[in-house]
Amino acid sequence: MRHFETKLNPNQHNVVGTSIKHDSAVAQVTGRAHYVDDTPVPADCLYAYPVMSTITCGRIQKIDTRVALNCPGVVKILSADDIPGKKDIGPIFPGDVLLAEQDISYHGQPILLMVATSYEVARKAARLVQVEYLKADPLLDIQQAIASKDWVRPPQTFVRGDIDQGFASAPHRLQGELSIGGQEHFYLEGQVALTAPTDDGGIFVKSSTQHPTEVQHLVAEVLGKPFNAVTVEMRRMGGGFGGKETQAAPWAVLAALATYHTGKACKVRLARADDFRLTGKRHPFFNTYDVAFDDNGIVKAVDMVLNGYCGYSPDLSDSIVDRAMFHADNSYFYENVRITGNRCRANTVSHTAYRGFGGPQGMIMAEAMMDDIARYLGKDPLDVRMANLYQPGRDVTPYHQPVEQFIVDDMMHRLMDQAHYHQRRKALRAFNTKSPVVKRGIALTPVKFGISFTAQHLNQAGALVHVYTDGSIHLNHGGTEMGQGLNIKVAQVVAQVFGVDVSQIGISATRTDKVPNTSPTAASSGSDLNGMAALDAATKIKQRLIDFLVTQHSVDAGDIHFINGKVTVGKQHFSFKEVANAAYMNRISLSANGYYSTPKIHFDAEKGAGRPFFYFSHGVALTEVELDTLTGENSITRVDILHDVGHSLNPAIDIGQIEGGFIQGMGWLTTEDLQWNAAGELTSFGPATYKIPAIGDTPAEFNVQLFDSENPEFTVFRSKAVGEPPFMLANSVWCALRDALASVTDYRFAPQLNTPATPERLLNAVTQAQQWLRQHHEEVNHAE
Amino acid sequence: MIEFLVNHTPVEIDDVAPNTSALDWLRTKSGLTGSKEGCASGDCGACTVIVGASTGDGVRYQSMNACLLMLGNLHGKHLITVDALSDMSATTVEQLHPVQRAMVECHGSQCGFCTPGFIMSMFGLYLNYREYPGRATVIEQLGGNLCRCTGYRPILEACQHMYEFPRVADPFTEAADQFFQRPLNPEPCLTHNGQQFFLPQSLPDLLALKDQYPQAKLLAGGTDLALEFTQQLRDYDTLISVIEVAELQHIRDDETGLTLGAAATYADLVPTLCARYPEAKEMFHRLGSAQIRNAGTLGGSLGNASPIGDPAPLLMALDAQLILANAHGERSVPVGEFFLAYRKTVLADNEVIVAVRIPPRPPSLTLACYKISKRMEDDISAVLLAIAFEQVDGVMRNVKTGFGGMAATPAAAQDLETFLDGKPFTEAVMEQAGDVLVHAFNPMTDVRASRDYRLTTCRNLLQRFWLEQSEQTITRVSHAAL
Repeated sequence: MRHFETKLNPNQHNVVGTSIKHDSAVAQVTGRAHYVDDTPVPADCLYAYPVMSTITCGRIQKIDTRVALNCPGVVKILSADDIPGKKDIGPIFPGDVLLAEQDISYHGQPILLMVATSYEVARKAARLVQVEYLKADPLLDIQQAIASKDWVRPPQTFVRGDIDQGFASAPHRLQGELSIGGQEHFYLEGQVALTAPTDDGGIFVKSSTQHPTEVQHLVAEVLGKPFNAVTVEMRRMGGGFGGKETQAAPWAVLAALATYHTGKACKVRLARADDFRLTGKRHPFFNTYDVAFDDNGIVKAVDMVLNGYCGYSPDLSDSIVDRAMFHADNSYFYENVRITGNRCRANTVSHTAYRGFGGPQGMIMAEAMMDDIARYLGKDPLDVRMANLYQPGRDVTPYHQPVEQFIVDDMMHRLMDQAHYHQRRKALRAFNTKSPVVKRGIALTPVKFGISFTAQHLNQAGALVHVYTDGSIHLNHGGTEMGQGLNIKVAQVVAQVFGVDVSQIGISATRTDKVPNTSPTAASSGSDLNGMAALDAATKIKQRLIDFLVTQHSVDAGDIHFINGKVTVGKQHFSFKEVANAAYMNRISLSANGYYSTPKIHFDAEKGAGRPFFYFSHGVALTEVELDTLTGENSITRVDILHDVGHSLNPAIDIGQIEGGFIQGMGWLTTEDLQWNAAGELTSFGPATYKIPAIGDTPAEFNVQLFDSENPEFTVFRSKAVGEPPFMLANSVWCALRDALASVTDYRFAPQLNTPATPERLLNAVTQAQQWLRQHHEEVNHAE
Repeated sequence: MIEFLVNHTPVEIDDVAPNTSALDWLRTKSGLTGSKEGCASGDCGACTVIVGASTGDGVRYQSMNACLLMLGNLHGKHLITVDALSDMSATTVEQLHPVQRAMVECHGSQCGFCTPGFIMSMFGLYLNYREYPGRATVIEQLGGNLCRCTGYRPILEACQHMYEFPRVADPFTEAADQFFQRPLNPEPCLTHNGQQFFLPQSLPDLLALKDQYPQAKLLAGGTDLALEFTQQLRDYDTLISVIEVAELQHIRDDETGLTLGAAATYADLVPTLCARYPEAKEMFHRLGSAQIRNAGTLGGSLGNASPIGDPAPLLMALDAQLILANAHGERSVPVGEFFLAYRKTVLADNEVIVAVRIPPRPPSLTLACYKISKRMEDDISAVLLAIAFEQVDGVMRNVKTGFGGMAATPAAAQDLETFLDGKPFTEAVMEQAGDVLVHAFNPMTDVRASRDYRLTTCRNLLQRFWLEQSEQTITRVSHAAL
C-alpha cells in the first residue's frame, strides 16, 4: 500500500479545508447545468416506456398488443423474448428479470417495453396493452414472512458473550418491538437514461446512476456484447441517496434494448408516479428487542431480531440487513449480545439502498431501548445513554471489531453544555405542567456509523489526472456527483497537491472508458476512496515534476515547493504553467492514473466477526419538539448538532450534508408515510400523498457545528466520510417526540410509537399514554 | 393564435395541443431546459416560473408551476424562466443576478435539480418585496418548492442574503414595456388536430361558447385539471379557459357582503376575505403553495367538487351562495346544495360559476376554520373543520358547519348544527357536541388518514375551538405555517 503525505502545511494557503462553493453552483442557479433529460437529442430519437403489471402476484395468461400497435407513433413493442443476452439483471444475486416472462412478483412490474416516436405516445400506448392474468395471493405481511421463514437471503447472527448468563444475572428485563417505515428517495430528478448506437456496433449510455460500471456491465450482458462495447457517461444526478445505486440500471438497459433493436437513440424517463411504483425504497423493518440491565440502566444482555422487508428479490438486501445489524449497538456497549437479521420476502418492489443502508433501521432500536430503560427506571434517558457509551475496557462491538476512538462522550458533554440541555429540560417540564394541550419534548442522541463497504472488494477506486501545458489540470475519477460535492472535494485534493487554485482543476463527467471497474458512489465512501485515488495520481505527476526539476536545476527535492500557484525551485520561482510546459518540452509524462484500496478491513461472515469498518464517524444531536395532543400535529422547534468529519475537506459542503441528512432523517421518522393497500398497490405514489419535509418544517433554530478532530486513521487529509452518518442524528426527533408523549404520564411510560410518527400515530400514542395514566391512577387509588 | 412574451422574446403560437403545459413547451419546443420536471403535478416546484400579467397600471409578477400552467393561459402574459435571469456570458458569481449569487454564496444548491425552481420563487420575492420581508413571508412564498438535499437552511439564508447586494433593475422591463403596450389578438385560441382551446374575454362570450360546446371542459388556473393531463394522460377536444373573463375577476366587499369572482385566484381574494375573516388565514396559508394560490381559483376548486377542496367547508360555515349562469340567465345556489356526489355538482353542462357571495359578517359571529394534514404546508387535508355561530342572548344561534375529508363531498354536519342551536357555548355542551359529531359522519380510511383518526380529530377540534374561545391555553405548536 502506498502512503501519501496528507498533513497540511500551515505556512501556505491550503485549498483543502476551505469552504469552496460546489463546482456546478453557477451552472445550477442559472439553469445551465445539464441533466440527462436536458441533453439535446437527435431528431429521430425514440422514447420507450414500460408496460406495467396491473396485478401484484400471479402469472401472465395472454397479452394483446393490437390496440397499442395501432397508435400512431408506436414503433415497436419489445418483450423478454427480444433480449439477446442475459434476462436477469440482479446486481449481485439473480432474481430481477428485466421484463417479466410469466410470473408477476409486484404491482407495476414491467412486462413489455413500448417504443414510440414521442414520450407522450409511448406512455399512452403502454396503457393500451391488454394483459390477462391468473392472480395469486400476494405475500404482503411481514409477520407472515417471518412466521413462514420466507427469506430472500439466509439469516445472519452476531453473537458475543453469553446472553443467557447475562439475562440470568441482571435485575431488570424489558421487551419491546418497533415497526419502522420505509422511505422513498424522492430524488428530484427521476430515473432517466438516454442511449445511442455507436458506429462500431457499441452503445453509448447517458444514465442518471450512482454506479456507471454496473450499468455498463448490465447493458453489455443483456445485449450479449463485451464490456468494451458499452460506454456509460454520468455528469451529474439530480439526487441519488442510494436510489440510483442498483435501480438506475433497468431503465438504461431498457433504453439500450430499444436502441439495439431500432438502431436509434432512445430515452427512457419514468414519470414521477411510476418512479414511485417501480423503484425500491428504504427497507421497512419490524424489530424486536429483549434487554436485561442493572439499576443504573447499564445493559447486561441484549437479544435483538431485525427483520428487513426486502420486497420480491435480493437486490442489495443482504448487505443492507447486515448494516442494520452492524448498527444495532449504535454507540453503546452490549456486554452479552445476540443480533439476528432476517431478510423477509414480500410482493413489492425490491427495496434497495438508501442513505444509511439499513443502519438507521438498526440504530433506532438502540435508542428505543435506551428510552424504554430510562422510563422503566424513572431516569432521564440521557443519563442512561451516557452510562452505556463505549469506553476503554467496554469497547468491543457485537461483531468483535474493537472501538478505538472514544469521542462520543466528549461530544455529548460539549453539546449538553453548549445547548443548555439541563436548563432546557427543567424549563420544558415546567411548561408541560402548565400546558394541557401542547407538550414539549427533548432528546440528545449519539451516532456512531461504520465507514467502508461491507463487501470488501468494493473498497477500491481509480482516478485520472492530466496536466496540460498551460498549467490547467483535468480531473476524472470513478465517483459520481449527485449533489454531495464529491467533485469539488476531490478537486481540492488535487489542487492541494499541485499548490494551485481549485479553479485550475477541470472536472469532467464520470465515464467508464476513463476510469474502469469502479465501485458505486455509496456507503459515504466517495471522497475517502476517490480522493485518495486522485491524490495518488496527482502525487505521481508531482513526483515526476520534482524529479525533472531536480535534474534540470540541480537542487535537492526538498528545495522544491508547489505553493500558491507557484513552483519554488531553490531560489528560483516559476509559475506552475512554466513548469508544466518545460516538463512537456523535456518529454515528461503529465498524465497519470491513481488507485486506492482501503487497508485493514476484513470480515468473516460465517463467524460474524472481523473489522468490517476502517473507522467510525460520529455525531450528536439535541432536538426539541412540540406536540399538539389534540391532533398529533407537531413541530421541530430547535436542533443543535455537533458532528465529527475528522479534518473537513470542505466545511461548507460537509455542513450541507449534515443539515440535509438530518432533515431527510426527520422526514423518514415523521411525515414520510409509504402505504400499500391490501392488494399490494402503492397508494402513496407521488408528492401529493407522500410528504417530504417542506421549507417551513426547517427547525426555527438549527445550529450545526463541526467537531474539531482529525481521523486517527490514515484517510485523505485525515478527513471522514459524511454522506450517511448525519441522517441518523434525526433519531433525536423521534426520541424527543416520545419524550413529549411520556410527559403525559409524568415520564413514567413512553407509549409505542411506530415510524413514521405521523400526526395520526402520535395521536394514537397520546391515547395510549392517557389510557396508561387512567389505569395506573386506578391502581394507585385502589392501593390507597 | 395566442401571443405571449418569453423572457425577452415575443412568441405567437397557433398549432399546439390544448393540454400542452408551459413546462413541456419550454423543455421540448423552445430549448429552454432550465425549468425542471420533478413531479408534473405542482407539488415540487422544480418548474417554477414567473408569470407577469398587466394590471392596467402596471405588471404583476407571480410564481407559478409551469407543469400546471396550460400554454393557452399564457396569452397576453410575460413568462420568465430561470434561463434568462443572467446573461449567457455570466460565468462568475459576481456577474449573476443577486438572487442567484446569494444562492451560490450560501451553498444553497447541492444536486441542483430543484434549484431553478427555488431561484424563480426567490426572484418572485425579489420583484415583489424591495426589502427582506422576514422569514415568515419567505416560508409562505417558498412552501411549494421541495428540496431533498439541503434541508433548506442555506436557502432561507440566501433569501436574506440576496437583499444585501445593491438592488438591480428588473432585467426584463424593456421587453415587457414593449410587449404590454402592443395590441394583442382579441380572439385568442389554439387548434390542433381538431382539438381547440378557447380563451373568451367576456362573460357573454364565455356563456355563448359553453352553450355551443356544452361538453367542453372549463379551465381556470389548471391546478387540479392539469393533473388529468399529466397523470391520467387525458385529452379533451375542447378546453375553455375562464381566466381572461373580466366579470369573473371581481372582488367586492360592501354592505351586501363579499362578492368573490369565480376566476379570482386565491392570491387575489385572500386579502379581502381574510380582512373580514382573519380566522381563515391559517387555512389559506396551508392551502397548496404560493404557486398554487397564485393560479388556483375559488370557482375551480368548487367546480371540481373534490371532497378535500379546502374553501368549500369554510364557505358553508359562512352561508355562502354560488351564482351560476348560462347563456339564458343566472341562478343562485347555497354552497351546501351545490355538491351532489363525489366530484358531481348541480352545475349544468352549459353553466359556469360566476361568483361566490358571502352575506355580511354578523357582529356576534364566532368562527373557526381548522385544517389538519400530515405535513403543515402544501398538503391535502386529512380533516378540515369550519364552524360558525352567532351569540344571541347567551346561546348559540345560526350554527353553520362545513367539513372536508369526512364524506364524498364537502359537507355540513346538520345534526351538530341542530344540536348546538339554542344551547349555551360551554365546555359540557361542546363535549356532547363531539358525541353528536362522531355519529354525523362515516369517513373513509385512505392514504391520508384513517376513519378513526378523522373522527377523533374532529371531536378534538371542537375541544380546541372551546379552549381557544374560552381559556388562555396554548393550543398550537410553534410552526412557521401556523
